[in-house]
Order: sequence, then C-alpha cells, then structure tokens
Amino acid sequence: MSALTTSLTRTQSAWALPDRGKVGMAFLIIAESAIFTIFVVAYLFYAGKSLTGPTPREVLEPPIFYSICLLSSSLTIHFATKVLQRERRGAFLGLLSLTILLGALFLYGTGREWYRLIYEHGLTISANLFGTTYYSLVGLHAFHVTAGLLMLSIVLLFGLAGRVGGEHSARLDVLSLYWHFVDAVWVVVFTVVYVVAR
Amino acid sequence: MSSDVMAIQTAEGIADRPWVQTLHEWVTTVDHKRLGILYILYALLFLVIGGIEATIIRVQLMRAHNDFVSPQVFNRMFTMHGTTMIFFVAMPLVFGFANYLIPLMIGARDMAFPRLNAFGFWLTALGGFLLYFSFLGGSGLYGAGNAPDVGWFAYAPLTSRAFSPGHSTDYWTIALLVSGFGSISTAINIITTVLCMRCPGMTLSRMPLLAWLNLVMAGLVILAVSPLTAAQIMLSIDRYLGGHFFDTQAGGSAALWMHFFWIFGHPEVYVLVIPAFAFASEIIPVFSRKPIFGYPVMVAATICIAFIGMSVWAHHMFTIGMNSNANAFFVFTTMAIAVPTGIKIFNWLGTMWGGKIQFKTPMLFCIGFLFQFLIAGLTGVMMAVAPFDWQLGGSYFVVAHFHYVIVGGILFCIFGAFYYWFPKVTGRMLSETLGKLHFWLFVIGFHLTFDAMHIPGVLGMPRRIYTYEPGRGWEIWNLIATLGAVIQGLAILIFVANLVLSYSRGPKAGNDPWDAWTLEWSVSSPPPSYNFASIPTVSSRRPLWDRKHPEDPDSRYE
Repeated sequence: MSALTTSLTRTQSAWALPDRGKVGMAFLIIAESAIFTIFVVAYLFYAGKSLTGPTPREVLEPPIFYSICLLSSSLTIHFATKVLQRERRGAFLGLLSLTILLGALFLYGTGREWYRLIYEHGLTISANLFGTTYYSLVGLHAFHVTAGLLMLSIVLLFGLAGRVGGEHSARLDVLSLYWHFVDAVWVVVFTVVYVVAR
Repeated sequence: MSSDVMAIQTAEGIADRPWVQTLHEWVTTVDHKRLGILYILYALLFLVIGGIEATIIRVQLMRAHNDFVSPQVFNRMFTMHGTTMIFFVAMPLVFGFANYLIPLMIGARDMAFPRLNAFGFWLTALGGFLLYFSFLGGSGLYGAGNAPDVGWFAYAPLTSRAFSPGHSTDYWTIALLVSGFGSISTAINIITTVLCMRCPGMTLSRMPLLAWLNLVMAGLVILAVSPLTAAQIMLSIDRYLGGHFFDTQAGGSAALWMHFFWIFGHPEVYVLVIPAFAFASEIIPVFSRKPIFGYPVMVAATICIAFIGMSVWAHHMFTIGMNSNANAFFVFTTMAIAVPTGIKIFNWLGTMWGGKIQFKTPMLFCIGFLFQFLIAGLTGVMMAVAPFDWQLGGSYFVVAHFHYVIVGGILFCIFGAFYYWFPKVTGRMLSETLGKLHFWLFVIGFHLTFDAMHIPGVLGMPRRIYTYEPGRGWEIWNLIATLGAVIQGLAILIFVANLVLSYSRGPKAGNDPWDAWTLEWSVSSPPPSYNFASIPTVSSRRPLWDRKHPEDPDSRYE
C-alpha cells in the first residue's frame, strides 16, 4: 500500500499539462489560418482572370514602409512581454504603446492605399475580380489588425491604470501569439498580392 | 452570498423557487453539463422540425403527379430539412454529448473555457433562430422568396441576386456563419479541455476513446468549418457589396463555390460520424463485458480517417467535369478511406467476439449501427467509382446512401448514447420495453424508407425532383419510402414519450447502472455541479475496473 501511495505522489508531482491559454490560442490561429487559406486560394485562382481593368500591375504599389512598421511591431510586443516579466512597468508601457502605434500606422497605410485605389484608379470591390479578391483578402487582414489593436489597447488602458503586473505576463504572451500571427499572415498576403500575383 | 446560505437554499427545496430564477440560472449557466443538456434539447427541438419537413417531402413524393405542396414550398422544404438536420440537429447533438461527457470522462471539473462554451452554444442557438426567422422576414423589401430554397449546398449561381431575390438566402448565409463561429469556438474548447484538463495519470494513451475521438472531431471542425465560414463571407460580399467571387458573368467561377463548400461538406460527414464511432466505442465494450479490442489501432484509424477525410471532397463533384487526374486522385483517396473505417468495424466485432453480450437497448442500437454503417460504406465505395458516379450522381441513390450514413449510422449511435447516458444525466433509467419498441420500429421504418430509396435512384429518379410521371417504376418505391417515414416518425414519438415518462417515473439509476468502467460512472447521477469532490487519479484505461477489482487491475497489463 505504501508503495502505491508513493507511486501516486510521484505521478501527481510529475503531472504537468500544457497551458490552456496557449493551446486555445494555437487552435484559434489554426482556424484563422484555414479561413485565410481559402481567401488566398481565391485570390490566386482569380489572378489575371478579371474581364475589365484596372489590373494589379497598373495600380498596385508595394507598401514597404508600412509593412516594415507592422513586422517590427512583432519585435516590440515580444520585448514588452519580456520586460513585463521582469516587472519593468515603464518600459512595458512604452513598448506596448509603440506596438499599438506601429499597428495603427500600418492601418493608416492600408487606408491611404485604398483611398488612392478608389479615387485615382476607380478600383472598388465591385469593379472586377481583382477588386473583389483584393479588398476581401487585404480587408480581412486589416480587420484582424484592428481586432488585435483593440485588444492591445485594452491592455494599455489597464496598464496605464496600473493594473498590469508581472503576474499577467503569461496572458500577454497569449495575446502576443495572436499579434505574431497577424504579422505572419501579412507576410503571406504581401507575397501573394504584391509579388506573386502582380 | 455566503456558501452556507446557498446550501440552505438548495436544501429547502427546489419546488418553491420562482421559475424565473430557474430560467435565469439556465440562461446564464457556464456549467458544461447544463450547456450539454441545452445543446441536446435544442437539437431535439430541431429534430422534430426537420422531421416534419422530411415528412412533407415524403408525402409530396408519395405518388406520381402529387400536389400536396407547391414546387416553391417543396424547394424550401428540402433546403430547410438538409440545413436543419446537419447544422442544428447533428452538430448540436454531437457538441452536447461532447460537452457533457468529456470533462466527466477525463476527470475534470469543467471545460477549459466555460464562458466560451456558453458563448458557443448561444451563437449556435442564434444561428438556428435566424434560419427559421427567414420564414417571417425572408421576403425583405422585394416580396419574393421566403425561406431559403437554394438547396443545402447552395450552388452558384442560384445564390446570386438575380435568382435569389429578397433576403432568404442571406438568412441562410448568416445562420451558417454565426453557428459556424459557435462551432469553431466549441471545437477550440474541446481540444483545449482534452489536452490541458486531464486528471493526474490520464495520459493520452489512457484516455477513454470517446475523449480521443472527440479530440479528432474538434480538430476536423477547425479545419472544415473555417473554409465554410470563409465561403459564406465571400457569398455575402457578392450579395451585398457587389463582389464577383461566384459571379460567372464577371469571370467568377461557380465551381469554386463547389470546391469551397465541399472542402467543408465532406469532412463534416466525419465530424458527425467520428463522435458516433465514439459512442459505439464506449457502449459496445461495456455490453460485451470486454475491454475495447485494439485501442491504439482505433485511435490511429480515427486520425487516419480525419487525415484522408480532408482530401476526398471533390468526389461530390465528379459530375461537373473535372480533368481525369483530379478524378483519379479523388477516386483513390475516397476508396482509401474505406480501409481505416473497415479496421474500426473489425475492432468492434473483435470486441464483441467471445464477449458476454447483453442485448440492452444501447447495445441494440450499436449493433444496428454496425450493419447499417457497413452497407452505407459499401454504397459509398460504389459512389467513389467515378464512372458509376456519373450515372448515379444527383439521383435518389445518393440520397439513399447519405441517409444510410447519417440515419442508419450516426443517428442510431446517438440513440444508443441517449439510452446509455440518460441514467447519468437524469438519475433515472429509460424504459427498456419502450426502448426496444423504439429500436425495432425505427429499424423497420429506416429500412423501408432508405432501402427502397436506392431503387428509384438506379431507375433514374433525380434528387430534389418535385413530382414525376407515372409508369417509370418509381411509384411503389416512393410509396414504401413514405410508409417507412411514417413508421420512423412513430418510433421517434415513442422515444420522446420514453424520455418524458422516464424523466419523472423511471426507476432510480444509481451511480453505475451498467457496471461500466469510465470515470463518469464514479460520481452520483446526476453528477454534482463540481463533478468530482476530489480530482481522481487513474492508472489504466478502465479506472473503475481497477477500483472494483483491486486484485486484478488493468494497470498490471498496460
């Protein structure tokens, strides 16, 4: 009997399961990837099949500066999580604000690009197949950036109120997974829209 | 409120509590057991609605030149029947049982994300409400169209503004979109629960097969429902923003919608059948008094089915004229999937082989499932042969085939699950007499309807046909099919009566009426809201066997 008890305690102490937040977020990311995959497939399938202009080659300009903004925001959120772990709240708030700023800059870039496309080139979502697939794919991504920015802003508000400490770094880690995903999707979207199917 | 006040309230009796308070508790609940029951009750409601729609279809087809309903109503009926049965009966039933059973079986106190769980249920509920609201609001401003009438897979260009004026198709789209988000969130919850909430000692290789199979099912939901969500977003863009995804006149492709729909549609079959396998894998061993035969192979075969199941979708599209390479690929993958499925059938037979079989109602339904699912699989292999499919695709043979899978396979297992777990959920046994009557009537009705349905299909009767000419040899089979539908309806009535009567009058079940081996039978019936007073520790696949037979525990052999 005593042997049984010791073996039980040993199992219990060694019993470690993965963190729920990370697993849940990982599978949310898989589900979102499946949605993006369908939109990317539609974009590639319809590339060059528009019956009327404008075509991507005529009107698209790669938004390199804004892409750099978005990609570097992955770095800033990473370091924001790191410094939060070490309870350096000032640095955390600075890096988090920088992340939000970079994300917002990217959205501003998308907005300007859309404005140019609509008012200078007459490309709307109903203009042709290119317009339909372009605005849906880029718009779906921009929607995810917006959702991420909203969540980050909520964290920032709590942080400014002094309610975010090192004990929350695991949660911020989960949120940063989502943000990294949004950035990684942009790499795919950028490649597909501005490089492959141009 | 302090805990002793709570205790006094519960003790003082549920009778004098105002019903508003009970309702409030159920609406705001985040308890996995209550949400599971809500899912199941919701699905049963829609089962009755979908069943009425099926009966209307069958009455209309009972004889040649019938005009029981108008062609417009007929189109709405088959669309609503298909959509309802898949999205608002089968899926909620699957999720309901998964919700109720998984935490109990893996020794957890709740799902990983209880509030997300409630969110998922209410989204699904909203989806069903929106779909049926179309009967009232579907006309929109145009005064044309009522309930959706585009068929459950809604091929383009039928869904374009020109052919579907009004808002009925939009209600269909939004209903599926909303319930799809619910399904995805529940699937994420199931996966996280299984991976992160197991009690000490419950390694993946000791998990009950039900938990394993639902884990695979949830993975498939994530990979399959997401494409449907994407496709529905595209359809909404087409209909509301003037997009051209499926608009052939602007260079769009109708075939792309088919691909996107069936990338969801075929794995969806496995989303529904894998939990049915899970029920069979729990029930058959208990009533054969033997542990499951080939546990690791069962798990491997399930994963194999899910994996191959993601790459068979275009066998729904042989008749649209794909190139021969695509045809060959999908013929081979479709045939390959019969192999792991066959392995499973042999494993269940191996479990029964040499066992001390008890023919209780849950076991009867599972045995019925074994025979009928085999036949459904065989007609599936026939349909997998592309030239054969060119002849019979879109005929009543196909309708017979997939109803054999869904009713003869999945629904039979779900009925088995009802009889098996009802004592755990309510604390009362279902009546065996009524149960056996339900089983035999349902078997007779099922075979009359769906065996008969194969033959007019072979004779050339297309699916979704409103009515037909006499003298083609279709009448007698359609009449038999309708007769069978009536008998099935009668069996369902007996089942519902059994549920209602046994809930108040059935004999008390006790903790473990079937002498079973998984953890849910170790707690009281119904289980307390916290499930386990102390989290159990397990050391084998059959923790209750170990507890009942300390002299010969399973852990010695695993």
